[in-house]
Amino acid sequence: MNLATNLYHAGAEVFLLTMVCVILIADLFVAGRGKMFTYMMVQLTLLGCSFITVATHTDGVAIVFSNMYVDDLMSDVLKLLAYLAVSMMLVYSRTYLLTRGLFSGEFMSLALFALLGMMVMISASHFLTLYLGLELLSLSLYAMVALQRDSAVATEAAMKYFILGALASGLLLYGMSMIYGATGSLEIYKISDAIEQGVYNKQLLVFGLVFVVSGLAFKLGAVPFHMWVPDVYHGAPTPMTLLIGSAPKLAAFAFVMRILVEALQPLAIQWSSMLAIMAILSIAIGNLSAIAQTNIKRMFAYSTIAHMGYLLLGVLSGTIEGYSSAMFYAVTYVLMTLGGFGMIMLMSREGFEADNLSDYKGLNQRSPWLAFMMLLLMFSMAGVPPTVGFYAKFSVLQAVVQTGHFALAIIAVLFSLVGAFFYLRVVKLMYFDTPESHEPIQYQADTSLLITFNGLGVLFLGILPGTLMSICAVSVQQSLLLH
Amino acid sequence: MSMQSTYLMVPAAPLIGAIAAGLFGKVLGRVWSHRITILMVAVAFGLSVSIFNDVMAGHTFNGSVYTWMTTGDTRFEVGFLIDRLTVMMMLVVTFVSLMVHIYTIGYMQEDPGYQRFFSYISLFTFSMLMLVMSNNFMQLFFGWEAVGLVSYLLIGFWFTRPTAIYANLKAFLVNRVGDFGFLLGIGLVLMVFGTLDYASVFAAAGQHAADMAPIPGISANLITAICILLFIGAMGKSAQFPLHVWLPDSMEGPTPISALIHAATMVTAGIFMVARMSPLYEMSEAALSFVMVIGAITALFMGFLGIVQHDIKRVVAYSTLSQLGYMTVALGASAYSVAVFHLMTHAFFKALLFLAAGSVIIGMHHDQDMRNMGGLKKYMPITWITSLIGSLALIGTPFFSGFYSKDSIIEAVGLSHLPVAGVVHVAVLIGVFVTAFYSFRMYFLVFHGEERFGKAHDDHHAHDAHGHDDHAAHADAHDAHDGDHDDEEVSHDHHHGLAPGQKPHESPWVVTLPLVLLAIPSVAIGFIAIEPMLFGHYFTDAIFISEHHEALHEMHEEFHGAVAMGLHAFTSLPFWLALAGVLTSWFFYMKRPDIPEAIKQRFSCIHNMLEEKYFFDRFNDWFFASGARGASRFLWRFGDVRLIDGLVVNGSAWLVGRVSGVVRHVQSGYIYHYAFAMITGVFVLLTIRNWFE
Repeated sequence: MNLATNLYHAGAEVFLLTMVCVILIADLFVAGRGKMFTYMMVQLTLLGCSFITVATHTDGVAIVFSNMYVDDLMSDVLKLLAYLAVSMMLVYSRTYLLTRGLFSGEFMSLALFALLGMMVMISASHFLTLYLGLELLSLSLYAMVALQRDSAVATEAAMKYFILGALASGLLLYGMSMIYGATGSLEIYKISDAIEQGVYNKQLLVFGLVFVVSGLAFKLGAVPFHMWVPDVYHGAPTPMTLLIGSAPKLAAFAFVMRILVEALQPLAIQWSSMLAIMAILSIAIGNLSAIAQTNIKRMFAYSTIAHMGYLLLGVLSGTIEGYSSAMFYAVTYVLMTLGGFGMIMLMSREGFEADNLSDYKGLNQRSPWLAFMMLLLMFSMAGVPPTVGFYAKFSVLQAVVQTGHFALAIIAVLFSLVGAFFYLRVVKLMYFDTPESHEPIQYQADTSLLITFNGLGVLFLGILPGTLMSICAVSVQQSLLLH
Repeated sequence: MSMQSTYLMVPAAPLIGAIAAGLFGKVLGRVWSHRITILMVAVAFGLSVSIFNDVMAGHTFNGSVYTWMTTGDTRFEVGFLIDRLTVMMMLVVTFVSLMVHIYTIGYMQEDPGYQRFFSYISLFTFSMLMLVMSNNFMQLFFGWEAVGLVSYLLIGFWFTRPTAIYANLKAFLVNRVGDFGFLLGIGLVLMVFGTLDYASVFAAAGQHAADMAPIPGISANLITAICILLFIGAMGKSAQFPLHVWLPDSMEGPTPISALIHAATMVTAGIFMVARMSPLYEMSEAALSFVMVIGAITALFMGFLGIVQHDIKRVVAYSTLSQLGYMTVALGASAYSVAVFHLMTHAFFKALLFLAAGSVIIGMHHDQDMRNMGGLKKYMPITWITSLIGSLALIGTPFFSGFYSKDSIIEAVGLSHLPVAGVVHVAVLIGVFVTAFYSFRMYFLVFHGEERFGKAHDDHHAHDAHGHDDHAAHADAHDAHDGDHDDEEVSHDHHHGLAPGQKPHESPWVVTLPLVLLAIPSVAIGFIAIEPMLFGHYFTDAIFISEHHEALHEMHEEFHGAVAMGLHAFTSLPFWLALAGVLTSWFFYMKRPDIPEAIKQRFSCIHNMLEEKYFFDRFNDWFFASGARGASRFLWRFGDVRLIDGLVVNGSAWLVGRVSGVVRHVQSGYIYHYAFAMITGVFVLLTIRNWFE
């Protein structure tokens, strides 16, 4: 493969990196109100990335950069969704950041660096590129959490995130090194070949698998590697929480797919039992702890933990249907999370974070439309038909039942019932309680339009999930075809 | 336009009308609402005629147009089966519906719910067409429920009248019973055959002829079980004993829908369904005998009830019940084509009788009590002559349409070899006398004799308008009673009617035109259609009759043309029975009105039993209504409050709350706790790995 072909398949990454550098420099020359210029440039960059990703799409799987990088349908789909998520995050956060003086070039370029990290992760077919992407993403996120330097909670959250993240990276690297030792390769496809041909050290390999799974679980926020999630979600400024909670989960899903499914498929018995334990614990602890929360960001944090449990259920079933339902779950989760945190930012204003549950009392009287959108999002998170959350849970459970894990399915359903409580509590607060404040909600036209798009999208995808589901199924199938 | 899109347009046109009048009725206004709905139904009728010609040229169709969903190997589809049976039903439905649409302009002209009414009847037309055009059980069930829904909405159309609400609730609940059986039947079909498509079920039925039904605890033949369950659905929809109780009460609805839904079309859905399922019913003599007995009971005993009614619409309603019984009897005798033939003639003359009754009601300013009528002949000539035609057709006067269909039924029963056929034959013969008696009782009381209107209600204000606002307001003050409310109903209607000295007048042309148009087929359709439908090859492909049930075949041998049949009738028993009925009623109600009074006194216990409709309503209220309420109260007190709310709901909520309180303490906020948890996690996972070594 020559350089041009290599660069062609990584076109979006190259473009993004170039643009981040341009924006970093250009931002130095605009001051104050001129930040809008930077913002527009960032949005245009994202648009350009989408264009390039679509334009450079090729049928089939292309492996480039000496087997370090893969360009397939799954990576293209996940990347496009990541652009969308980052772009929506920026729209939702603009006003919030402006009123707090955080609307800076650093924020936006860090977000783009994080995105670049995700893209590298999504397309990685080599442990080194995977790790490179992961670290680029993580470091950008650590910095973003700490961006609000004068806030004690934010710096504390950043510190916790950084230290625990470093620990998790250590576990992951350790696991990767053991797998390398066992199979003699860092390339995903070579690893799977080696295992299939039986040229590996089993003891060492499975040992490495445990550490890799632990590192993955940290990224996803699955129990017992979840402790950072509530503190970071709570402590970080809401836009950063939104960024951490949304697009990186897509990258983490790709990460799981590349390592566990593509590289270590022959060890499926081992990893699926590990994932099963983590999934059930995540679903149980996530849902149970969320009940006791009074802060909506913390509540979402625990809800994320539970959602990741459901996602793992799809992966552990080990079938094409399972993987595609997990991908579907990841996509819908991102959409719902964007809406949920977007709503928090919509409700907040200067000196008011709107992150307590009581702030949502009587929202229906203050703004029926926003309340209705929030209702759709909550219904979707709880898995009430006809929203997309129902279909996502349904397809995951279907995959689990098809592989005969009835106990897992039953436990998952029971805990999703528990989970329905705290989601519906928000609905109850909005519709049946009297508002504590009557201050009008100030929001921009673009954010209210976006939340409408977001809420109705959740409903629309729930009624017509077929297209998205088949996209997920085709991309998963294609990326597995190589074996 | 291809034939397939023509098929699609037939139900779609009234649906468009229903949506237009229902959702945009306010914008369109009254005139445009009725114009659009009538136009759309007329389109459906016109297309049905063209499909009829196409089918007669030999082009039948069976195929799906849309797949709704697929679960496993079962596909749920929307599809059409267009054959001669279907197309005949389509013609009847769209024609009667068109007549009723036109009639409604006159009947409902002062009603505030004008557009809503048009929307409902168009929606009904759509649903009924979906039902008859279906090629699978699922769509049949959809149509079945949809017509039930519209019927429910229309019985309660005047929703401020407590009696109307009582009646529509009753219709709804009784139909639930029937639909439960129907749904079980469909479920059994799906379970055994694995498909809901008519053609595949019929094709596979032969292999299951000797199978036992997979119902634990009951050893019944599979096909018999399916047929009886499906027929239970038909009993609800077609108001067969003992699920007939809702139909007389359904007369609370406006008269046009009584004609359309509760006489001509919807109530015949059960008959149509059984005829459509003829390949299944032909395999089970037990089911056929059951069908025949139920039909005979309905035909005879519901006829008796017609004798004691005072409300003009209720007389017609009981006559409908009785005629539906006749059709059911014909089904039991394997004379499906005769049943469907009677269905068609009945649709015309019964719609005519209902609309004529409605016209009388308009003339009487919404007084429905026959005791306040009399001598209307000279004030309402068109209504009079058309009513007379309808009544003559109903009692089976030779050469009228009802004669050909009803006599054929009686003959078919006589020739049937089922063990119960003998008794049933006697019952349907007595039914002929009863039918003639009550029909002409009504006719004489309304159109002849002394003019009794404008007398009995001098204490009420005279009012020219007969809108339903004041009607409703009056009814509000009027408690709904659980039990028999006929008498109150009548007395409650007293405040309508003519003021002293006021004379009834003929209805406007929009009312009389449908009467005239319906009178034509009431007279002629039997004469024209009997030969092709019963003895020709009209239904050869649509209806299956096993060679063991050759009643129809034997009839064919004795049939020498419609004229001969009419002439022969003058020497046959049914004709003389009918004549006797007419003469008796003339003597009782015209010559010697004291005789019925005397009989009433003399046999008060029988009279009472008839007035109380064999105590069915009382029994249902006592046993089912209060019984169910008692059981519900127990379940609520014990099951719901104690077990579910107390133990399960609050108990588990308490447990979850406690656990979540404990779990949150794990989140201490100390980073070394977090790190410790992670390391523990790694160790746990390592241990698990060893389990799988």
